Amino acid sequence: MTGNPYLSVQALSKYIKRKFDADPHLRNVFVKGELSNVKSHPSGHIYFTLKDDKSRIQSAMFRSSAAQLKFRPENGMNVLITGDVTVYETTGNYQLYVQSMQPDGIGELYLAFEQLKESLDKEGLFDARWKSSLPAFPQKIGVVTAQSGAAIQDICSTIARRYPLAEIILFPAVVQGAQAAPSIVQSIEQAEAHGSIDVLIVGRGGGSIEDLWAFNEEIVARAIFSCRIPIISAVGHETDTTIADFVSDRRAPTPTAAAEMAVPARDELFERLLDRKRALYNALSNQMKHERKRLMTLQTSYPLQFPERLYRPFTEKLIGLEGRLQRSSQAITSQRASELQRLSSMLSTFAPEQRIKEEQRNVTLLTERLTRAVQHDVRIRSERFQASIRMLQALNPLNVMERGYSIVYQDGVVANSVTSMEVGKSIHIKLQDGTAEALVQSITTNDREEK
Amino acid sequence: MGKEPIRFEEAMLQLEDVVQKLESGDVPLEDAITLYKQGMELTAYCHGKLQDAEKQLISIIDKDGNASPFDPTKGTDQHA
Repeated sequence: MTGNPYLSVQALSKYIKRKFDADPHLRNVFVKGELSNVKSHPSGHIYFTLKDDKSRIQSAMFRSSAAQLKFRPENGMNVLITGDVTVYETTGNYQLYVQSMQPDGIGELYLAFEQLKESLDKEGLFDARWKSSLPAFPQKIGVVTAQSGAAIQDICSTIARRYPLAEIILFPAVVQGAQAAPSIVQSIEQAEAHGSIDVLIVGRGGGSIEDLWAFNEEIVARAIFSCRIPIISAVGHETDTTIADFVSDRRAPTPTAAAEMAVPARDELFERLLDRKRALYNALSNQMKHERKRLMTLQTSYPLQFPERLYRPFTEKLIGLEGRLQRSSQAITSQRASELQRLSSMLSTFAPEQRIKEEQRNVTLLTERLTRAVQHDVRIRSERFQASIRMLQALNPLNVMERGYSIVYQDGVVANSVTSMEVGKSIHIKLQDGTAEALVQSITTNDREEK
Repeated sequence: MGKEPIRFEEAMLQLEDVVQKLESGDVPLEDAITLYKQGMELTAYCHGKLQDAEKQLISIIDKDGNASPFDPTKGTDQHA
């Protein structure tokens, strides 16, 4: 030591550390102060500064201790701490290593409750929109609670009294102690997996806040939240409120109340049925009464009572129309008749009788004219004939023959010349009263004579 | 009402529906009589269902999912 009076930094640090560690007053120190600069490391360690208005000290809480905390350390929080003070050689800083921490003033559990409530609320797990309604008439009621104890007995007796139709299925769970939260979660999941549960009661009987603590655990809250079966929470007594109550679909103050909530009361249902029966009867009899009244009203109605009045107006109208029809047809007939007369008189002016008479007159006239003409003609012709006759008579050779002339025929032909004659030939001589046959003996010509 | 067993809840809903229809008063008389009969049948059915269940069914399902009958007054192997 005499040669070199200088210490290394490390040696000094080690010496100081040893001093700290050796001092019993720096071990298991009880200290209270305000948290600031709180940093939660992902590894689970928590670092912060503990301070009061005069001083501050660097502090650390390792994971093994931090995991025991029910609440979350936050800046400004006043806490009671136990721990050891040691030196961190590397930096030469002394630090308070916290073994346990409790909120100062309020209970740790209360704080933890408030903190979880706030964060789940912020996350929206308590929102009304997630609340499902309970079935009116559940067939299977699941119960997550301890197998023995007041809660299951209360629930069973209540349901048996109110609504024995429902079946109760118990999913037993440990409801207090360290195993409680995971056990409750497991039973809720089992109930959901069972598949046919209509409503689930999750709870336990009364106890201290520590006894009920499992129902304030986050994993229980999340299991309740994610379960699709409607859940009624029933934890402890009326005054106990747990996180489970906030996240459940319905909160019952006690297990008995939860059972009442879960099922309708049979007696009320009997009453309701009776009421419905009455309603059915009343509704139908009212309707019958009403219909009967309607029928009566209709039966006594004016048209049905005096049916003839229904058609009287039509009869009257018919009569009126008939009259009009008659009148108008008469008018038409007479109009047509006069037209006919007019036309027939017009026609008669062109009637053929007239024409016939006229033509007859014409015929008569013409006949007379014809007769006259013919008579005249006949007379003329007769006169001419007479004249001709007279002329003929005058010219008649016979008449000449009377006066002694005769006609000579030779070979049937009048011989008016001797030249045609031959001696010895026979000739016919026609006389006034007969014929004579003669032979030509000689022929003499007026100029000369021939022999 | 059909002969096949319907759920109590369904029967109750049908009954409420029938009563409401009948009370509305605008159902023709023939239909009203049919509804009345139907309603009475439903009432009897529901009444019967309620009356039937005299014995409460309680079972317990263990961690392995096995169901067994359960008497709540005898389960004493756990605290709480």
